[in-house]
Amino acid sequence: MTLLETAAPAAAQTPDMWSQIFVFVLATFIGLGVIRRVSRLLHTPLMSLTNAISAIAVVGAILVAGPDYPIEIRILGTIAVFASMTNIVSGFLITERMLKMFKTEHKPGEGPRP
Amino acid sequence: MSYGLVQFAYLIATALFVFALHWMNAPATARRGVYAGVIGMSLAVVATWAQPEIVNHLWIVIAVILGFAVGIPLSRVPLTAVPQRTALSHAFGGLAAGLVGAGKYYLWFGDGSDQLTPFRTTAIIAEVLLGFLTFTGSLMAAGKLQEVKWIPQRPVTYPMQNVANIGLLLLAAALGVGVVLQPLAAWAPVALAAIIVLALLFGVLLIIPIGGADMPTVIAILNAYAGLAAVAMGFVLDNKLLITAGALDGSSGLILAVIMCKAMNRSFTNVLFGAFGQVQQAKAGGEERIYKAESIEGAGQVLEQANLVVIVPGYGMAVAQAQHKVRELYDQLRKRGVTVKFAIHPVAGRMPGHMNVLLAEADIPYTDLVEMDEINSDMPQVDVALVVGANDVVNPAARSDKGSPIYGMPIIDADRARTVFAIKRSKNPGFAGIDNELYFSDKTWMLFGDAKSVIGELVKQLSGGSGMH
Repeated sequence: MTLLETAAPAAAQTPDMWSQIFVFVLATFIGLGVIRRVSRLLHTPLMSLTNAISAIAVVGAILVAGPDYPIEIRILGTIAVFASMTNIVSGFLITERMLKMFKTEHKPGEGPRP
Repeated sequence: MSYGLVQFAYLIATALFVFALHWMNAPATARRGVYAGVIGMSLAVVATWAQPEIVNHLWIVIAVILGFAVGIPLSRVPLTAVPQRTALSHAFGGLAAGLVGAGKYYLWFGDGSDQLTPFRTTAIIAEVLLGFLTFTGSLMAAGKLQEVKWIPQRPVTYPMQNVANIGLLLLAAALGVGVVLQPLAAWAPVALAAIIVLALLFGVLLIIPIGGADMPTVIAILNAYAGLAAVAMGFVLDNKLLITAGALDGSSGLILAVIMCKAMNRSFTNVLFGAFGQVQQAKAGGEERIYKAESIEGAGQVLEQANLVVIVPGYGMAVAQAQHKVRELYDQLRKRGVTVKFAIHPVAGRMPGHMNVLLAEADIPYTDLVEMDEINSDMPQVDVALVVGANDVVNPAARSDKGSPIYGMPIIDADRARTVFAIKRSKNPGFAGIDNELYFSDKTWMLFGDAKSVIGELVKQLSGGSGMH
């Protein structure tokens, strides 16, 4: 773990604009490549899944709500934690609920699904 | 948790998110994608929360509990209400981004610190603008979809609308440039507050002129905005996990919006600034035209004798909650050896993929749901095309009538089937307000009534007659 720990937080203090933009551009290419192959049948669940994933904003919200900041700032952060958490919970649950319904031929005698 | 360990957790989470979306390429693997997403998300949350600077746990715990309390009921809405739920979640996503951006700015402003570099401040402005306009825009869209009383369903237009909207946006951008140049000036916090107000207002004004038929595109565009707001948040916080996840969401919204626009043969700008509802007025009037109506008994007999039946569902099926009756009809016909397929237009319904989800809910195997492009070549061999609550997506004027507002839009060629039955609630035109040529064709017979009850009667007719042959 010492190796990872020496990757000093000092580097995190000075934001590197270009490395961030690189990450953004490359991630967009990956996104376009992956999403283009998503089955058209699943566009509604895709949208609820990406909704849940982009609620990763919860990370930023925690970083604003959690530290020892002035109370007004923490209120903003806490509301943001609530909003993102709502998206995470409802996004993943409804995606799962919809995907469970997609199936091939219904076998007789199988009965309704749980 | 050390910096390195947190970054490592973020890296794993990023990989899991990419796999989650990759597995959505087929229904058979899609559920795996959800689990990958849940694991990635949990990892990211725990790693963030466990950092030493997070000291106020109580508030976060309460926010998380409230998130579950609201999120769980929101995940159990009826599937016909999924477009509203989706719009609402874009609103929450935009709100979170906007609040974090504003919070970070006021924090750094209070410190008087050198954190507000031009790049960061630009990212904050972008985050706040996108976040808050997505917030109110999506709330408006959700309200329209839910048919909330005080939000007009029909597009609302007024003179100079686009000029006013763009002016508003330019004003916000100009204020933004000011804040970027002078982030620590005494007036800068006020300017940011003004940007927030303008963004909130712009979101409302952007959605007011948009009608129901354009909702699939608008929801996809708002999805892209919510993703981009998360990217901007990543820039602000120097957090690569946020940048990646936001970019994945943004590209998903973009691709869906492009697919929706292509399926309507329209451009982004036309959807956002075109106010579709206006075009119809020019076409009103003209000669009275006669529909041919058919009885349930007659339709039932024709359906029974068919080899291949294609059902074309539209938003009307969702409104009437007719998908379960459709499933009964599907069963009855298949019992008689009739092949039944469903023709799915990309913009049928109120969000991308809406019809597929409703039919899957009714237990119809997804292998029988066929996309527009695939089914059109088979249409001439189809004995009966049964149109259930669809209108513009089967209007042949899109192919032939250059004056029609939907000219050039790809449609399902229901008119090329041997016989067409169209179920229609009333004799009024569809959402785009256009007369449908298909209904006056020689081979078309109308079945007037609520989709659910008409199909219910057809099922009764078919099951009642089964013993007599």
